[in-house]
Amino acid sequence: MSDYTLREMMAVAAAREIKDGDIVFCGTGISMLAAMAAKYISAPNSTIFFETGAIDSKLEEVPLAVGDPRVMYHTAVNGSLADSFATMQNRFTGRRVVGIMGAAQIDPHGNLNSTVIGDYSAPQVRFSGSGGACDVASFVQRTIIFMQHEKRKFVRKLDYLTSPGWMDGPNGRDEEGLPPGGPESVITNLGIMRFDHTSRRMFLDGFYPGVTPRQILGNMDFGVETDHARPVKPPTHEELEILRKRCDPQRLILGA
Amino acid sequence: MNSAQSKCLQLPEAVAKFVTNGAHLSIGGFTTNRNPMAAVYEIVRQRKKNLHLYAHSNGHGADELIGGGCLTRLEIAYGGSGRFAPTCIRFRKAIENGSLQVEDYSNYQMTLRFTAGAMGVPFLPTRSGLGSDIVNRRGFNPDVRQEDTRLPDEKLIVMDNPFGDWTDTRKLVLVPAINPDVTIIHVQKADPTGLARIQGLSFADVEQAKAARHLIVTCEELLDPGMLKEQPDNNQIPPFCVDAVVHVPHGAYPTACYGYYDYDPVYLNQYKEAAPDDERHQAYLEEFVFGTRTHAEFIEKIDPEQLQAIEADKRTGYAVGLDRR
Repeated sequence: MSDYTLREMMAVAAAREIKDGDIVFCGTGISMLAAMAAKYISAPNSTIFFETGAIDSKLEEVPLAVGDPRVMYHTAVNGSLADSFATMQNRFTGRRVVGIMGAAQIDPHGNLNSTVIGDYSAPQVRFSGSGGACDVASFVQRTIIFMQHEKRKFVRKLDYLTSPGWMDGPNGRDEEGLPPGGPESVITNLGIMRFDHTSRRMFLDGFYPGVTPRQILGNMDFGVETDHARPVKPPTHEELEILRKRCDPQRLILGA
Repeated sequence: MNSAQSKCLQLPEAVAKFVTNGAHLSIGGFTTNRNPMAAVYEIVRQRKKNLHLYAHSNGHGADELIGGGCLTRLEIAYGGSGRFAPTCIRFRKAIENGSLQVEDYSNYQMTLRFTAGAMGVPFLPTRSGLGSDIVNRRGFNPDVRQEDTRLPDEKLIVMDNPFGDWTDTRKLVLVPAINPDVTIIHVQKADPTGLARIQGLSFADVEQAKAARHLIVTCEELLDPGMLKEQPDNNQIPPFCVDAVVHVPHGAYPTACYGYYDYDPVYLNQYKEAAPDDERHQAYLEEFVFGTRTHAEFIEKIDPEQLQAIEADKRTGYAVGLDRR
């Protein structure tokens, strides 16, 4: 029996991906916790910023949306949507941004769907849509993606391509005219996926304690290379304390 | 200032005058923050129909307008209200049952579209969305674009960089300008001339305000003329952009107004319970919207202790320690 939840493992795994000095774009939900935790763990000099225009917010409480007034407190700059997306499209600052986002579906090259399941013109399920996700995925150097590991979510072909990843492979983004960069890792409830530098296809990099590569493959609609997969280090006592006491004491995002 | 110069109106008059059936509308705010909710509820109360809404991420406001049956078309980037509704509930239902036509964009694309409208140019370029289905798929039927002269013929256009490979850019997405018939924003402070001040993040409110043919500003505080001009660096909207000023305390409730009050988790959770079921949602509308004549009456229905609980703390601008479960 472990003394932490999979959601806590996910938040810690993502926090470890953030490097000191990164400009961290976060969306709603678990990505905020990862960015908050990283400030205390590995990246004290990272800058958290939100598409709503808040730069370097002092997050004393976890925001429940990127428009939450909590993102506006003790910032360097309280700007606007126009500023924040320009920062990511900017050829100098955009290269320093790591974006964290989630989606309903992901394909083998890290392209994302957060719009519909089924036919776009008559969807079975409608989701929120892009928000800023398509913008971030189009512009920034690196993205970290949160996903639930389920067959219906890891699909060969998306029902709708909301946010571009590596498109169809190594030259995909360039052929479309997109800026360089793309998905770096996919943090799931079972493990961590990365993308091969040559093929830009997903492979299994790590699996959490108690999870096997076979179990991960069983939760995907497509196969991936598992030869390099290694066990992921469980969250340390210190990491858990930070997450529970400093980031989300009400467990608003961590859940029960 | 003599009264001839005052743009102050009561909310029912302002909505009746500028939000006509079939109008193209945009509202300010973002997800659960500073949506002009008093105006949204007044639009529902007046049973406005066939509105066309331009939204980036106006989560709760957009969802109430959809639930109120006021919209037939929606151009939007994000139909969500954060943790209270990762996908807005009436938004999802209306699209799945085919009663709402929708065109998808990204937040930056919508921001640029309002900016183009505010600048007086037909479009602005971006690199966002190349290769995506936002660029490749269409939501509106082409007939809709032909029939309504307020809509451009194309959702967007991809073109080669006319400056060669200048700035290492080969292709661009051109997104068309938006000029709403009316924009409504809720601000912290305004005066009777229309001069307005937003505190905290402005989201895309300024661009939305300046792109519109008519602008209604609702405000928490109505100040005497001249007072806002004492700190001009903090003001964003000049009086000549504004058609109507409406003093509405708690005008963004149940969404937040930075420095004044937080979003109300109790109300938003109650909405989340009612909205998925048509009957419960109708009962909710009857009680809170059709059952009240004004926003002040609507606010009287809210537990005073809860209003006190969401009151913003002076230091942070939000309600510290608020139970947000």
